[in-house]
Amino acid sequence: MALRAEHEIYRRRFSRNLGVGVVLGAFVLLSFLLTVEKVTHGDPMHAIQGKGAVNPDGTPIVPQPLVKDSN
Amino acid sequence: MTDIRSSGEMVGQGIAEPGFSDFVQLLKPRVMSLVVFTALAGMIAAPVHLPPVAFFTAILFIALGAGASGALNMWWDADIDALMKRTARRPIPAGMIAPGEALGFGMALSVGSVIMLWLATNWVAAALLAFTIFFYVVVYSMGLKRLTPQNIVIGGAAGAFPPMVGWAAMTGSVSLEAFLMFALIFMWTPPHFWALALFMKEDYSNAGVPMLTVTHGRKSTRRHILVYTVLMVPVSLALAFTPVGGPVYLTAAVVMNAGFVWGAWRIVMRDEGMAEADRYKVEKKVFSFSLLYLFVLFGAILVEAGLHSFGYGAL
Repeated sequence: MALRAEHEIYRRRFSRNLGVGVVLGAFVLLSFLLTVEKVTHGDPMHAIQGKGAVNPDGTPIVPQPLVKDSN
Repeated sequence: MTDIRSSGEMVGQGIAEPGFSDFVQLLKPRVMSLVVFTALAGMIAAPVHLPPVAFFTAILFIALGAGASGALNMWWDADIDALMKRTARRPIPAGMIAPGEALGFGMALSVGSVIMLWLATNWVAAALLAFTIFFYVVVYSMGLKRLTPQNIVIGGAAGAFPPMVGWAAMTGSVSLEAFLMFALIFMWTPPHFWALALFMKEDYSNAGVPMLTVTHGRKSTRRHILVYTVLMVPVSLALAFTPVGGPVYLTAAVVMNAGFVWGAWRIVMRDEGMAEADRYKVEKKVFSFSLLYLFVLFGAILVEAGLHSFGYGAL
């Protein structure tokens, strides 16, 4: 048996701190997952530069020839 | 002056150290479960799909927005909650959470829920959620509840918004189906709460809340229950003939409406002597049946949504 029994006030405080910690962790995870989902599926945010680049509708981007400066 | 008792209770302010569960209680979890269910029905019945994380985020923050309005309601109503048996054990009157803490918690959660719903879905749903919180806290709790016996009738709109918010989260707009789901809960709320008020009569009169039972008498309340139940019937049946309805919903609506109207008729045929003799048996039954009514009808909407995805249903 412990020399001093833990007071209820510490148990309640611990439950609150643990709860807040879990909720904040879950919120960070949810925000991360939502961001990943928005970037990959939800919004048409495809890269439009570089090799294999596509338009937002999925059609490939045809590279345009560079126009030389007449000067 | 504040002193701390051996029990940990702070004498003077009368506030003890709140645990996590006290904050959960502040969100009215039972009301939240009904909000989740009806909002989920609105979301699943909608003719479009959301990616899974956005869907989960939407339902979570609609529920938390409703919980936040519950916390703000408890902050405002702490004085009358302490006078009513049914609410005296809520965290603020029980001395577990300080009123200011509940206010801060409710405000932060309200703003956070609206922003998160906006980020996850669209501004229409977020605006509707913000309006729902405003309506429940400012229009109902601060305005109507202590002023008029029609408090439940108009205030019922706050509880009716979740399926509309769910629908808007999916589609970005509000349509006839969403409006009828709103109207169903709106019309259901008065008979549901008046049945409760009939057998919790001491509570409301002790707290000075002008419920219909207190201001117009119990006989008038019994008549009101029947009238509002009959008015609810066409609204609930109309949903069957929209794209979210179908034969399953229509069958459920006919059966459940018949049960509700029969219960309301039995209530109106009784007087106080009869009710007290059997300890408000019929009134309590109608109150329980009203909860089942809403569960079955929104459950039928979910079933119809499942059938529609397989190409069945729709009248």
